[in-house]
Amino acid sequence: MTDRQTPTMAPEPAAAPTPPTDPFGDKDGRIPAWGPWAVIFGTAAALTGVLIAIGFNLVLLLIGTTLISILGIYVWGRIVEGRRQAFDRAITLGIGSIFALAMVPLASLLYTVISKGLARMDSEFFSTSMRNVIADGGGILHAAIGTAIITGLATLASVPIGIMAAVYLHEYGKGKLKRALTFFVDVMTGIPSIVAGLFAFALFSILFGPGIRLGVMGSLALTVLMIPIVVRSTEEMLRVVPDGLREASFALGVSKWRTVAKVVLPTAMAGIVTGVMLAVARVIGETAPLLITTGTFSSVNLNPFEGRMANLPVFTYTQYKFPGVPPEPFIDRAWGAALVLIVIVMVLFLVARFISRRYGTELRK
Amino acid sequence: MDTKERQVETAASSSTKDSTQSFRSGAVGKRIEAKDLNIYYGSFLAVKDVTMSVEPNKVTALIGSSGCGKSTFLRSLNRMHELINGARVEGSVTLEGQDIYSAGVDPVRVRQQIGMVFQSPNPFPTMSIYDNTAAGLKLNSKRMKKEQMDGIVEKALRGAHLWDEVKDRLSKPGSGLSGGQQQRLCIARATAVEPDVLLMDEPCSALDPIATLAIEDLIDELKQKFTIVIVTHNMQQAARASDRTGFFNIGETGDPGVLIELDDTEKIFSNPVHKETEDYVSGRFG
Repeated sequence: MTDRQTPTMAPEPAAAPTPPTDPFGDKDGRIPAWGPWAVIFGTAAALTGVLIAIGFNLVLLLIGTTLISILGIYVWGRIVEGRRQAFDRAITLGIGSIFALAMVPLASLLYTVISKGLARMDSEFFSTSMRNVIADGGGILHAAIGTAIITGLATLASVPIGIMAAVYLHEYGKGKLKRALTFFVDVMTGIPSIVAGLFAFALFSILFGPGIRLGVMGSLALTVLMIPIVVRSTEEMLRVVPDGLREASFALGVSKWRTVAKVVLPTAMAGIVTGVMLAVARVIGETAPLLITTGTFSSVNLNPFEGRMANLPVFTYTQYKFPGVPPEPFIDRAWGAALVLIVIVMVLFLVARFISRRYGTELRK
Repeated sequence: MDTKERQVETAASSSTKDSTQSFRSGAVGKRIEAKDLNIYYGSFLAVKDVTMSVEPNKVTALIGSSGCGKSTFLRSLNRMHELINGARVEGSVTLEGQDIYSAGVDPVRVRQQIGMVFQSPNPFPTMSIYDNTAAGLKLNSKRMKKEQMDGIVEKALRGAHLWDEVKDRLSKPGSGLSGGQQQRLCIARATAVEPDVLLMDEPCSALDPIATLAIEDLIDELKQKFTIVIVTHNMQQAARASDRTGFFNIGETGDPGVLIELDDTEKIFSNPVHKETEDYVSGRFG
């Protein structure tokens, strides 16, 4: 093995007791668990010192720390543990750094929204609407109710359509019709949300005259966005149901429809519910289609078929975009509403996870 | 209305009594005959010209090397084969003289009379042990009294030698049982709807030797009540558990599988007519 010669690049005090005949090029030493962290923070501290001397730059510090740590842990691993482990440590550190990089926008976003949104986490914010509010005070009651109604109606419409479409596609469909439907579901997935809004707006304008704005129009736009997501996730869950269960049911003399309704769907149910939750979480923050379909409104409106209806994303947008004088209360309300929206989405995700953990049937064995 | 209800009730109970009695008295297994059966996957002929008869209340084993069409043939006996895209069958299969492939026959009805047990145990994961056993009735929304349903479940589980192991946890999920128990649960599920014929597609290949032995004992008892066809890779199993044995073989890869011979198990294993059969059962190939 020629690469056993490479230790010449590093002075190796531990090499003497370790016989070089080890076939894997491993050595007896181990870097302790705190080793990588020590390398990272040591490098960061040293680099900070250097940078302060020549002019501090945060970006340079982070990039420099990452690259030098990777090199450092590789050399250390090479000396103590051997070639393969050293490479493993360097790659681990590299991938960890990239993960940290990906987390930066998320952390920054959460920090910004929480720190700015906390200003309005008071009881008035959740118990009043914007009726007769001119400057400070006011709340999101009307927008929260509007979001619940609009998203609820959209869910009510898209879940049956989506699930039945998925059942058709996976359990019954074949040939050209199936291929065409799959294609159109894919196309629907890619529809920009503003186009869905324009569709709802145009449809209702044709039916009821121009300039109309209703809560249900927003629901229609969101339904168009939700259906392909529900179809896709349901299809995916149906695919996971083993064929053996369908065959077992058929072999008992059970018809296809009963098999689908009583064996396949119940087996996939937890996954389907999770998919629906994620679809709701996906559309609940849609702003563009609601902006043109539901309009803005400052009071509570419980009737989606009559008049404009406020909702959280549009409320956030209008408060931030068109502040009054002074602007601070408007900006605070915008951040507060954004925080509430994030919390709702997070709760939906947690509920989805809980359902799939608690009620999910173990299908893959 | 009251009288009507009562009538329906008595009709229901009397019919189940009938079936219970016939179930006990045995001799409900029926004869299956396949005639000139060609089985296709799309345009590919998988099994060619099989003509054979399955004797009632006997265990018929189908042996042969992998890919020779035993399972395909088995699945064509209760119209499970046609569930695969493009799969079709030519020729006829009759159950007591009635062609199960004739135009007016509903495959769902055929499968109610000819049940099946699969290679890997497949209890319904969303159902309890009780519901799994009663699945054939429940999924078809058969209306019956609780006690009657309890009776059927107990009888089926006792028949599958599972009752003593599960009677205290009938409401627990069926997927919590061991592999051998799950397979016996699947047999109980298949027998609870009281079919005439039970098809078994390598029912023991996923099980350890002890569980296999339990299933083989069970098969020996079940033939009192059902006609049984079992596909197996295990020649000792065919020799131990079956009354009659059919040997399938293929020429070369891509050729259709054919039935070489079907005879009493003893004869197949001691003194078969065809040289191929002798080579196979003596372990010279396959």
